[in-house]
Amino acid sequence: MTAESAVKDPATEELPGGMEIDCRGLDFKTLNDMIRDAAQGGAERMVLREVYGQRYIGTRLNGLPPVRIDIHGVPGNDLGAFMDGHRLIVHGNAQDGVGNTMHGGEIVVKGRAGDVLGMSMVAGSILVRDDVGYRAALHMKEYGKTYPTVLIGGTAQDFLGEYMAGGRLVVLGLDTERHDMSFIGTGMHGGIIYIRGEIGRDQLGEGTRISELRPSDLKFLETQISRFKNTFDVAGRIRPRGFKKLVPKGKRPYSRLYA
Amino acid sequence: MLDIERMNNPFNEDKVVSNCSIFGMMDMSGRRLEGRPVFEAMANMRERSNGLGGGFAVYGLYPDNSEDYAFHAMFDSNEGKSLTEAELSDCFQIVGNEEIPTSPDPSVEDPPILWRFFVRPPKDAGEDFKDLVARVVTKINSTVKDAFIFSAARNMGVFKGIGFPEDLARFYRLEDYKGYMWLSHGRFPTNTIAWWGGAHPFSILDWSVVHNGEISSYGANKRFVEDNGYRCNFFTDTEVVAYAVDLLVRRHGLSMELATRALAPRLWDDIDRMPPAERRLNTALRSSYAGLLLNGPFSVIIGREGEMVGLTDRIRLRPLTAGLAGDVLYLSSEEAPIRLVNGKLDRVWSPRGGAPIIGRLGEGLVPANGGS
Amino acid sequence: MALATQLLPEFRIQRDDDRCIRCKVCVRQCGFDVHSYDERRDCIVTDESKCAGCQRCAVLCPTSALTVMQNPYSYAPSSNWNRERITDLKRQAESGGVLLTGCGNDKGHRIYWDHLVLNASQVTNPSIDPLREPMELRTFLGKKPDRLQIRDGEPVDLSPQVTVETPLVFSALSFGAISHNAQLSLARAAREAGTLFNSGEGGLPRNLRRFEKNAIVQCASGRFGVEPEYLRRSAMVEIKIGQGAKPGIGGHLPGEKVSKRISAARKIPAGTDALSPAPQHDIYSIEDLRTLIYALKEATNYEKPVSVKIAAVNNAPAIASGIVRAGADVVAIDGLRGGTGAAPKVIRDNVGMPIELALAAVDSRLRDEGIRHECSIMAAGGFRCSADVVKAIALGADAVYIGTAALIAMGCTLCQKCYTGICNCGICTTDPYLSKRINPDVGSRRLVSLLDGWSLEIKEMLGGMGINALESLRGNREVLRGVSLSQWEMDVLGIRGAGQ
Repeated sequence: MTAESAVKDPATEELPGGMEIDCRGLDFKTLNDMIRDAAQGGAERMVLREVYGQRYIGTRLNGLPPVRIDIHGVPGNDLGAFMDGHRLIVHGNAQDGVGNTMHGGEIVVKGRAGDVLGMSMVAGSILVRDDVGYRAALHMKEYGKTYPTVLIGGTAQDFLGEYMAGGRLVVLGLDTERHDMSFIGTGMHGGIIYIRGEIGRDQLGEGTRISELRPSDLKFLETQISRFKNTFDVAGRIRPRGFKKLVPKGKRPYSRLYA
Repeated sequence: MLDIERMNNPFNEDKVVSNCSIFGMMDMSGRRLEGRPVFEAMANMRERSNGLGGGFAVYGLYPDNSEDYAFHAMFDSNEGKSLTEAELSDCFQIVGNEEIPTSPDPSVEDPPILWRFFVRPPKDAGEDFKDLVARVVTKINSTVKDAFIFSAARNMGVFKGIGFPEDLARFYRLEDYKGYMWLSHGRFPTNTIAWWGGAHPFSILDWSVVHNGEISSYGANKRFVEDNGYRCNFFTDTEVVAYAVDLLVRRHGLSMELATRALAPRLWDDIDRMPPAERRLNTALRSSYAGLLLNGPFSVIIGREGEMVGLTDRIRLRPLTAGLAGDVLYLSSEEAPIRLVNGKLDRVWSPRGGAPIIGRLGEGLVPANGGS
Repeated sequence: MALATQLLPEFRIQRDDDRCIRCKVCVRQCGFDVHSYDERRDCIVTDESKCAGCQRCAVLCPTSALTVMQNPYSYAPSSNWNRERITDLKRQAESGGVLLTGCGNDKGHRIYWDHLVLNASQVTNPSIDPLREPMELRTFLGKKPDRLQIRDGEPVDLSPQVTVETPLVFSALSFGAISHNAQLSLARAAREAGTLFNSGEGGLPRNLRRFEKNAIVQCASGRFGVEPEYLRRSAMVEIKIGQGAKPGIGGHLPGEKVSKRISAARKIPAGTDALSPAPQHDIYSIEDLRTLIYALKEATNYEKPVSVKIAAVNNAPAIASGIVRAGADVVAIDGLRGGTGAAPKVIRDNVGMPIELALAAVDSRLRDEGIRHECSIMAAGGFRCSADVVKAIALGADAVYIGTAALIAMGCTLCQKCYTGICNCGICTTDPYLSKRINPDVGSRRLVSLLDGWSLEIKEMLGGMGINALESLRGNREVLRGVSLSQWEMDVLGIRGAGQ
């Protein structure tokens, strides 16, 4: 099991302290240089203000002890790309490529995120309060006893979980009238997708099927719902009911295709 | 411009490839806005382009002579200017003739002669006049030495060249203008176009198009528009999109919504599931205009008098974010620049692939949910 | 009566029964189970339908009792429907799938290397003797500055470079496509010879990380094993966009080849298919490529050059220009004859173009745009000998990737059955029993011999031209002349005809 706990984590709230950086006018390399220097100097917390489009925040911290960064504004593409274990908290929306090929750590988005979130992710977790765009969790993987998790509060657009080879993807459908997405899990050959709300069979991609929920699934979902509520301070109960569980039809989806 | 094809395509390729950043801003109530938010947004997205091309299209540009056609032109020599003037006076009544005001800027090198003419249409001018304008512009651009007209329409104009868009904005003194709609483009071509006319937006009559992506059906699309009387001498996707909308909307009379269903049709599986009337219409559109299906990754912003349209390819391989603040609609390659220029957005969303966002003067967002 | 197959065996095996001593080496060695021993009759029974023509049994037979040759049957003569076309079609009708193959394009597309001849110095310019006089092959891969800036006697603001002592670099061969012992052989040989090997898209097993100074690590569409440590412990990071053998399509390592070790290297569950999607899903346009290039530079703290590998296709020059403008330090181009462990045969044989033409066109284009110095060019795709390499460098390459040549050095005979996972020489397999057949000591020694042999031959050819440093050959098209080439071909190659 992953090391994430369900205990209330007050640390996504703003705490005093932590180095402040005003990012106005900074290009991404300069900002990331500053972040790395600060981390190498021992800073464990940073608060970035006036962020507008700077990319790769978090990537440069690879190999350094864990750091928490609070981001105010809109971080640019590839937030936390190739990251190996830090916490990034976005107080607003994020763009495309969040958690690209991530290998550990946590990214929280208190808003919506764009396309290819969590692409090729191997470990760690991403939590998004609202909706995400196309191709979330594309080719997400898992290995050994750990798996990555992607938790989405609202809905997603097409090609959710495309080529998924592992990991857990949960879509809560809060404040969502209908899940409008098509080609869910197309090419899936590992991992599990849980979607709360109605999904028609014509919305599923090649190689995916709906499976029965077991007690272990419900337990997992309860934990994730709890995490979601603690992270985003959402009121009211969200019951672990009305979830569809999507799994691959087989480990070898293309075994019959080749001569 | 003589040998315009070689100017545009120096390596004689099938197609000139470039990619980039795009941005659009429209006040749907018609209020004329200054361009500063657009310049700042484009500067914010500087990483997406490489300084080899930038430009703006502004609508509602000349409110004091809004019925006259403004021709924005660039000349490599005075001879080109005189020849052009002669051509235009042969066909039109020229009521204005002046240099486009510019300020020298260190980041903008070797500008051509930049000029604008104002042409007064006859009192009873109809659709024929537009065809005449298009024909004359094509003739000048293909046959007149050292001359190139880069926009020709009422109350609108394009400003473009070699440089980053925010630098060109300073060069062209765009802070002196206002418009109810602004489109902008920053280019990242895969080869050097040393020529100002090759920058974007691409414009024909009052259409202007900015585009991010690469249309893999270009060869098929080019063929279709050329079979319908256009000539693709820019070898760019943007050009073909502009001709496609001019054909479908202006000449064939389709609404913008239906035109986008021909350019980015629903998948057959989806069409088969539609109610009968809708299915028949979509099938007819798709099969009649098969040559205009735009395949490959693209997001485009198309402008014309009174309308701004954002559209992405059917499987959303290129990004497009929309923002709404009261009557003002924003379209952008990324969300960050929209937030940078307007901290009070009512809504931010990304439409699904193939679903158009249309901002219409006097009406607002069409459809009301913006295709989300 | 329904036939099991309408196909005749591709190979015919003749056994000289007088010589056969029933030692059963052939039985044990053939992974395709062609030979079996019939105890009752004390003879070897042969099922030729499974034979791949790899010659292993013939080579190992202690009494040379075996001759393996192409089965000399023929259908009625037809240039259009030749034997290969007919048998491929029948195979497809029998299986209903996509026909796979391995290795590089074997069709008769013109091999331009064989139409290029090299100069030698005489009279007006002495040739140089490489055995007694210095002859330098050292090459630096990476972006060169517009102009050299020197501050306080130190060169400053230089982009990261990787040094190789010979312009021969081992091409991308992924763990999974090849065995661990084969990859270890490549790593050791690269280290000994002062050059590089390429992890391919299968990640780099932990116990090969000690070869980090010689490792090019790939970030391909499947992102297998692309973890922060993998990126850090490398000499160069390569974004794989395409491959010469199969431009435009993805890759597929079948689940049966995904053993526990492969699973550990690729970070996917054992037994699942390892699917490499056709595109990298975060690269849909040139500015996206720039995004990934800089993501990798950030992730490696700007300490390593980033390479982008593409297949040679029609608009390779424009793409290469875009790649350089997107920030890549190296552009690697893989031509039509590049090898593969598995590709649909129709793609391997029909998609892409020869490296000679693509290389010349890309080099010319980058020069025309004034950006040639902003990258190093590596050329790949079926280099067979050192003369091919010299010609490539003359056309503009900084270094050359060799894949198929390295495999042949280790023991491969290009039977083209790599996609089955059965490789009798133990290279293109993850079967632990077969993999043992590559002894890394022997494998690496053979590879070093290949590199040494070719390097020495290159020095001989350079010396013959009166050159004693490789950089004087790079892009020096004047040393080449064409024979039996048409004008358009010589125009693309940028050379004159012999005698002109």
